Amino acid sequence: MAAGVAAWLPFARAAAIGWMPVANMPMPVAPSEKNKRQDELIILNVSGRRFQTWRNTLDRYPDTLLGSSEKEFFYNEESKEYFFDRDPDVFRSVLNFYRTGKLHFPRYECITSYDEELAFFGIIPEIIGDCCYEEYKDRKRENAERLMDDQEDNKDAKLPNMTFRETMWRAFENPHTSTMALVFYYVTGFFIAVSVITNVVETVPCGSSPNQKEVPCGERYTVAFFCMDTACVMIFTVEYLMRLFAAPSRYRFMRSVMSIIDVVAILPYYIGLVMTDNEDVSGAFVTLRVFRVFRIFKFSRHSQGLRILGYTLKSCASELGFLLFSLTMAIIIFATVMFYAEKGSSSSKFTSIPASFWYTIVTMTTLGYGDMVPKTIAGKIFGSICSLSGVLVIALPVPVIVSNFSRIYHQNQRADKRRAQKVQKARLARIRISKTGSAVQSSAFLHSKRNGLFNEALELTSSIDEDQRLSKSTSLLESQHHHLLHCLEKTTNHEFVDEQYYQQSYLEAGMQNYPSRSPSLSSQDGVTGTCCTRRSKKHHKPLPNTSAPAHIPPLKHTHQLGLQELSTIHIQPLSTSRSSLNMRVDEQAPLNCQSSQITTAIISIPTPPVTTPEGDAHLPAGPAHQNVVKVSAL
Amino acid sequence: MLSMNLEGLEMIAVLVVVVLFVKVLERFGLLEAGYDDSVEDELELSAVRHRPEGLEQLEAQTRFSRKELQILYRGFKNECPSGIVNEETFKEIYAQFFPQGDATTYAHFLFNAFDTDHNGSVSFEDFVMGLSILLRGTVQEKLNWAFNLYDINKDGFITKEEMLDIMKAIYDMMGKCTYPVLREEAPRQHVEVFFQKMDKNKDGVVTIDEFIDCCQNDENIMRSMHLFENVL
Repeated sequence: MAAGVAAWLPFARAAAIGWMPVANMPMPVAPSEKNKRQDELIILNVSGRRFQTWRNTLDRYPDTLLGSSEKEFFYNEESKEYFFDRDPDVFRSVLNFYRTGKLHFPRYECITSYDEELAFFGIIPEIIGDCCYEEYKDRKRENAERLMDDQEDNKDAKLPNMTFRETMWRAFENPHTSTMALVFYYVTGFFIAVSVITNVVETVPCGSSPNQKEVPCGERYTVAFFCMDTACVMIFTVEYLMRLFAAPSRYRFMRSVMSIIDVVAILPYYIGLVMTDNEDVSGAFVTLRVFRVFRIFKFSRHSQGLRILGYTLKSCASELGFLLFSLTMAIIIFATVMFYAEKGSSSSKFTSIPASFWYTIVTMTTLGYGDMVPKTIAGKIFGSICSLSGVLVIALPVPVIVSNFSRIYHQNQRADKRRAQKVQKARLARIRISKTGSAVQSSAFLHSKRNGLFNEALELTSSIDEDQRLSKSTSLLESQHHHLLHCLEKTTNHEFVDEQYYQQSYLEAGMQNYPSRSPSLSSQDGVTGTCCTRRSKKHHKPLPNTSAPAHIPPLKHTHQLGLQELSTIHIQPLSTSRSSLNMRVDEQAPLNCQSSQITTAIISIPTPPVTTPEGDAHLPAGPAHQNVVKVSAL
Repeated sequence: MLSMNLEGLEMIAVLVVVVLFVKVLERFGLLEAGYDDSVEDELELSAVRHRPEGLEQLEAQTRFSRKELQILYRGFKNECPSGIVNEETFKEIYAQFFPQGDATTYAHFLFNAFDTDHNGSVSFEDFVMGLSILLRGTVQEKLNWAFNLYDINKDGFITKEEMLDIMKAIYDMMGKCTYPVLREEAPRQHVEVFFQKMDKNKDGVVTIDEFIDCCQNDENIMRSMHLFENVL
């Protein structure tokens, strides 16, 4: 129960007086508060800073250090206070947890020191309130990643007995490990640059002999360029093969992006070697040369920034996709509008809507080439609207997208992690509920009810022992809350049961008629253990009509015989099915005659008795009287 | 002329498209259509604060000792720092004690019973007066309070409809998973029983005198009235 609400329990119990005149059954006895001390202030001295609070505040969470007797180990006799040699700043949060029931994580606090303090005081971090939980988890994850990074750095230290292959792989991955690796790194970088420059220069028109037209350098110095290309491709091939050899998992290496780039970079050359003779496919061969530009991507091995950019683009794909989609929408709309606006004018370039796309894109990105311009007035009006909205649609989000990169990047990461956290958090929420919440509160009530019933059945008159037994297992607060719920049960003549038993009873009530009778009997009378006292009262008239119209006065006398059995029967139902209840009742001799009465009664009634919860609201009147009449006749 | 007409038509069509485009943008929220005035709500909430009367006065008006009043106030203030409980908070607090069922209806009736001056909020004085009657009052006063709770429209008579409402609210608190399974007519039957017991002259309503008379003759009820005396 929440800490603050515990203070309202006296109010809820007092308000229960509102149920008393309505209830037809006597109320259970209230738990007594024998050990009720006057609430006192206790002093907690944490490294010199004194905190004071009520003892009751600390007792709210008995499974932590401060709430249990563990704090007695820290009691200082001379100064009559509890001394803790811990951080007083973090202790503030800890003490606030007791006061308010919510654990907060201050942002300025270091995550490891906070964790340590929580562990010391026996508080599990999952209790951190929703307001601070995300922050806490983020910081914790960052810390874990940092630790992992540190470990990986240490891993890079040269381990003894590394095979040649492993050394090579390490050299490739991290060029700073040895001089050879560094040399290799720079050499490959140089050759990539050379290769790219070669490709570029190949197409520049070189000075030509006056009688010929300008030719690109590639055609003029074919041999030189060919040699350069061959050299670069040699180097790249050797590098690729070496990486392939050194890779710990060749299959994974071959699937990685970098290796694919490598392959794509050197393939055109080999294909060109193979295909030089065939003139038909030389056109395709030329196209293949385009792929040589992919060699520039090999630089991403050398540049961390490129890799991060590629990664962020990949993770921003959804945002970019949405931008593209909205842009396409706007382009289509404006192209359509421009086409129809310009349709009337003669010699207009806007020959079709797709043709207008070009104009729209150029205008919206504020490029404005001027190769297509609207001529009609309507076209000019819409053209200006198009360019203005282009500014809005494209120019404004671009800086936003730039800042979105980091935000989206973190957000994407956080969304995935939140999903993973949610799975874990659901589990943790269940743990949380089991400590402080309501789900097991009710099952705790049911559990203690079972214990309490058993005690009640065994000792009808002595209530003191029962209280003792109750208060041993549950705190005073819990027992008072349970008493309150018990009073409600008595008022309405129904009991709280847990989900599975409810399902069970619902299903089985439809199937078997007989058992629906006996448990209802036991539930009414066996449970309370006071049916004997009630028997002696004259005012038992209300009882038959409240929950079971089929309750028959003549049967009540059997209760004195089987009181204990009945209550034990009732305690079992949570684990046994009704059919076994059925059998148990049959076993007992005192009830046999009664059972025969009941069976006859049931046989004579074609429709199921009213106590089955089949939602037949129309049945009660008729069969109820029938039941009563028939059984009393027996 | 025909071409002019066509042009005009096209213009209109184009204009319609543009208007639709603008409307679509508005729908997507890209164009602000209204201005939220939720700022005023904030001010209203913060303005309401209540300080109770002095301790001596409350001591005189209720039957609680000074210490008990202190404990009560501390708990009260903890949950409601503004000093008053409105119905929502009240329902939330009360619902926490009955996790399996729905306690809001009953909490509503309870709230009306505590809010004696019917101003929509329960201050600490109302709270403590109510508790004083419930915990330290005579049986007569307690029964009076219970009658007041049942009498929803405070006309001095409990009708069957009022009692049915109260009964349904109580049964709602039990929730779904009960044993035996809660049926639709259970509250109604309970009300019938109640009226049979209480309504002596069978006129369909229960007056305060009938109620108190009947309760005083019922041992069960009498005993249960003293059940919560040691709550504080």
